[in-house]
Amino acid sequence: MKLNFHKNHKLLFGVVFWGFVFLSLIIAVFPALWVQQENEPLPASEPMTELERKGMKVFINEGCAYCHTQQVRPIEMDKNWGRPSAPGDYARVNRPSVWRQTPAVLGSERTGPDLTNIGKRQPSAVWHYMHLYNPRAVVEESIMPSYPWLFEVKNDPGSDETVVSMPDDYGSDEGQIVATEEAKALIAYLQSLEQVAMNAPATSDSEEDTSEKISENQQKTIDGASIYANNCASCHQNNGQGVQGAFPSLVDDPVVIDEDPTDHIRAVLYGMQGVSIKGEAYNGIMQPFEQTLSDEEVAAVINHERTNWGNDAPTITAEDVAEVRNNDELNEITAEEE
Amino acid sequence: MNKPSAVRSVERPLTVEKAKVEERIDTSPKSVKLIFTFIACSAFWLVFGTLVGEYLGFKFVWPELDSISWLSFGRLRPVHTNVVFWGFLSQAMIALALYVVPRTSQRELFSYRLGWFSLGLMNLSIITGVIALMACINNGAQEYREFIWPIFALFAFGLILVAYNLYKTIADRNVKEIYISNWYILAACLWTIILVLIAYLPGYQQDGISQTVIQGYYMHQGVGQWFTPMVLGLTYYFLPKLLNRPIYSYSLGVLAFWTQMVFYTMIGSHHFVFSPIPWWIQTVAIVFSVGMIVPVTAGTGNFLLTMRGKWRSIARSYSLPFILAGVIFYAIVSYQGTLEAFRSLNKVWHFTNFTIAHSHMSMYGFISFLVWGGIYGLIPRMTGNEPPQFAVGAHFWLALIGVLVYSIPLMIGGTLQGLSWIAGESFMESVTLMTPYWVWRAVGGTMMFISHLVFAYNVWKMRPGNKNEVVESTNS
Repeated sequence: MKLNFHKNHKLLFGVVFWGFVFLSLIIAVFPALWVQQENEPLPASEPMTELERKGMKVFINEGCAYCHTQQVRPIEMDKNWGRPSAPGDYARVNRPSVWRQTPAVLGSERTGPDLTNIGKRQPSAVWHYMHLYNPRAVVEESIMPSYPWLFEVKNDPGSDETVVSMPDDYGSDEGQIVATEEAKALIAYLQSLEQVAMNAPATSDSEEDTSEKISENQQKTIDGASIYANNCASCHQNNGQGVQGAFPSLVDDPVVIDEDPTDHIRAVLYGMQGVSIKGEAYNGIMQPFEQTLSDEEVAAVINHERTNWGNDAPTITAEDVAEVRNNDELNEITAEEE
Repeated sequence: MNKPSAVRSVERPLTVEKAKVEERIDTSPKSVKLIFTFIACSAFWLVFGTLVGEYLGFKFVWPELDSISWLSFGRLRPVHTNVVFWGFLSQAMIALALYVVPRTSQRELFSYRLGWFSLGLMNLSIITGVIALMACINNGAQEYREFIWPIFALFAFGLILVAYNLYKTIADRNVKEIYISNWYILAACLWTIILVLIAYLPGYQQDGISQTVIQGYYMHQGVGQWFTPMVLGLTYYFLPKLLNRPIYSYSLGVLAFWTQMVFYTMIGSHHFVFSPIPWWIQTVAIVFSVGMIVPVTAGTGNFLLTMRGKWRSIARSYSLPFILAGVIFYAIVSYQGTLEAFRSLNKVWHFTNFTIAHSHMSMYGFISFLVWGGIYGLIPRMTGNEPPQFAVGAHFWLALIGVLVYSIPLMIGGTLQGLSWIAGESFMESVTLMTPYWVWRAVGGTMMFISHLVFAYNVWKMRPGNKNEVVESTNS
């Protein structure tokens, strides 16, 4: 009678209570403590600046993490977001104040792209400001909300203020669009999101993975159109037209349709900044793809650009890319220019 | 008793007539008032929370619907989830528990004052929480614990009062045995109190991944150790009662209870499969996700075997169809959850809209339908006022068809999203391919929302102190 769950409520609910406490300690509290002990930022990483930390707060307050993950999984399909995320990548994310918990930057859904490496993938602040003010100005099919409340409209902004020039359809009639401190912080945070090198690769099922990788790599053909869509279209757009005043059009662009592909290859490999094309100055930064794309991939994407949207320039091969890549003289010139 | 069929053919009604409530339960007016107020609050939060959800669904199709900061997607999404969790479902379940626990303990509720107190605390917490979320004050975007701790503490305190109130009622019962419903109901309260404490207390959960370990534990059990056992406990009372036949197997209920406690606690991290949290935690979560087949099969099997051969009674009742649908959804979503935990399928479905379909099938198809079954089964018997049968039918069919139109396209679209990522297509491809499925989601969501307006109307019709006393006297 005493030890009867059906009749002794103290026994029943005692077991229910303490049993659950015990299980919770094993599966949650102790692992959390243990993980915390190992919490160590990667040696190559740098602490967040104050501005970046403020930007992370804006990111969390506005609920960006509901649509954007910062979590690259150790599986083939996540490869284009970066290397697999490691615990050390998150070691510097901590509790902002006594009122709130460590933000959940890992995310649970990818309605929008993963942001683990957005700082590397999209280093241009110009792009980020335009995209934040109205995502559809730079990515036509985007369903991300606009964030006009992170900007002000002013008639004559001071010279130290960040003015965002939007294409005609998306701007404001009442004045110029100026980024607030919050917007600047948020962009600084996004630009800081970049994976740093790890000492040792930490995939737990690396064996299974490598075999998978080999087989999938053999099947995968290099497709210039999809490389373009993944790496170039957010600025130069799917139709190659770019964005007026911000990102140059590739249609009839002198470099793109030039018989000699050297400058085109260099632009893709080493990026560019502050150039003037057909008399119009562009302030945005184009990032280098030297590290992320192979010779074959660079050749494929360049050929895609050279033969589409009415462009009709001679195509190139991976060897042409390798030639530019291995030519120290050309590299030096680029370094000077930058 | 039932009217002769001749009457029906003469009147040629639009729908088949359902059985009228024949008994009136004898409960104290105090109890009726408290329980009905809980239900009324819950109905309000249902309409509010799903209005927000409906609006969010539209934003996927028309992203430029508005550009008001307080109505932006990132701020309203946690409003939707928290309001339907803590406002609608939690309060509806507590309302029913405040009836079931005293009834099966054959005594009055320990304290009505405490009951009113917890109602006030919970609603205060939700009102301030909603305002805070819209004003950009959240708890680090941690899903389902977005309310910052000073706000959620109000809710937790309300929950502690509920647990104490129910415990005292059970402890001082006038029967020897503790009925199985009370196992589930009080256990759900105790587990959730521990869960919330662990989720909010500082110390062990600190930076980065350490916090994620706790989040995996919390976000899954916020659903599975609160809503699931609570609503199962209620069903162990309402199903046999409404069918007028004992539960098929008491022992199966006990088996499901203990396996639920042990297995479910371990599986939270299956939300973080392939993430950088320790690999062994992920593997444990997957293994126990398979183990969940035991309590789920025991539970749904038990309910379906209780219903066997009584399909006519179910068709004749307006509350039992809700319970039948809820039990079927319970089985489907639970097996679906096990599948989603496997690494091979997780690859396809994780991060996609499939998850959204899964969560709506569980919180809506499973939990909400069982709650509605309980409400339609109990409130007319307490107040003597029945809702219009046509309106209950409209609620049932709009909600059922609505949730199917909502979730099936999202499951298909979510699978296509995953396959698109695996095929290495550009990311925008996976956004544009979803457009038609998001339109279907908005259509289904609209049907669900309309059904909630009908439900709110039905609650109003069932309110205590309305006319209809005549019906009761002719029936008894």
